[in-house]
Amino acid sequence: MNFPLDWTGPISGLVFGGLFGYILERGGLGNGCRLTGQMRLQDWTVFRVMFTAIIVAAGGLWILQAMGVMPADAIYVPQTYLTAALIGGAFVGFGMAVGGYCPGTSVVAFAAGRVDALLFFFGLVAGTWMFAGAYERLAPWLEAGPAPQWLTVSEMLNLPGWVVVLALVGVAATVEWVLSKQKTSAA
Amino acid sequence: MNTYQTSAADHGRPDWNAYMAGGLLGLTLLATFVATGHGLGASGFTTALAAKSAVAVAPSAVAANEYLAPMVAEGANPLDSWITWQVLGVAIGALISATLNGRFHWRFEGPTRLTTGKRAAFAIVGGLAAGFGARISAGCTSGLGLSGAATLAVAGFVFLAGFFAVGLAAGFLTKRYWK
Repeated sequence: MNFPLDWTGPISGLVFGGLFGYILERGGLGNGCRLTGQMRLQDWTVFRVMFTAIIVAAGGLWILQAMGVMPADAIYVPQTYLTAALIGGAFVGFGMAVGGYCPGTSVVAFAAGRVDALLFFFGLVAGTWMFAGAYERLAPWLEAGPAPQWLTVSEMLNLPGWVVVLALVGVAATVEWVLSKQKTSAA
Repeated sequence: MNTYQTSAADHGRPDWNAYMAGGLLGLTLLATFVATGHGLGASGFTTALAAKSAVAVAPSAVAANEYLAPMVAEGANPLDSWITWQVLGVAIGALISATLNGRFHWRFEGPTRLTTGKRAAFAIVGGLAAGFGARISAGCTSGLGLSGAATLAVAGFVFLAGFFAVGLAAGFLTKRYWK
């Protein structure tokens, strides 16, 4: 059997989106206090959930590729525009620290009754209009800069995927170790 | 200090353990890649919604706009796409979780020390910044930060670096507005 399965219809969207929304809500990621708490280093839920999910999915993708059932070029890997990714991430990070959410979690938060998340969502749409208005001036700059030959970290560092995944596990473990040290010294 | 108790967590069943939520989210994301060849997202939907709503209000302005015009060229409906169903699924899934676990109730959250009016302003300003930024990077926390990083994309990790660097700075500058 070869993946991906090309199961891309409406039901597929509803099923995977539904699981995504259920897990984010029950994981506490519809809670703006938690989300912004990460940016104040008072709550590590965002980091833990995101890093664990990245490690599990990246590890699983590596295994499927190593088994030869999932060709590496069959999955979508976003293009590397370094400046655009960095600046865009900075705006989204600012937006979460100030507004309480990111695009996906604002949908989750409103679905649990948080009206402020609906205002954030309206802001997202208006922010997209602002971007569209500025697009002609931004466009040359968005795709500017050196175009790297590599899409993935393993291509960039010339390391097998599993080494990169293990490095991510190392980062997560180090963060937990530092946090546990802080807790001990605070107590 | 790590486990920051919030006023909002006091209704219904408690949040899942973060590692359990992260593990299940990772499996869901992996299954999405296996089924569709791509990951999960969110801002693709708000972009389609922005294009569709702009056409309804100001069709000639959209036709003249380099970014939005291609999305609605020849009467195309940008909302007719997988991401619309996926984000609808997110809303339904979150609503099911909130309802089944006694976590749904209407409320207006935001920085605890601010008035409702100022909270509203913060939410809108944050949304504007996130909506604008997600178009610069052509993806948000879900599409680039989570799904991109899961493919080990350099763009995903660079996005996360910008996200946390500026997010932490803004978090510390706004700390005094929170209890």
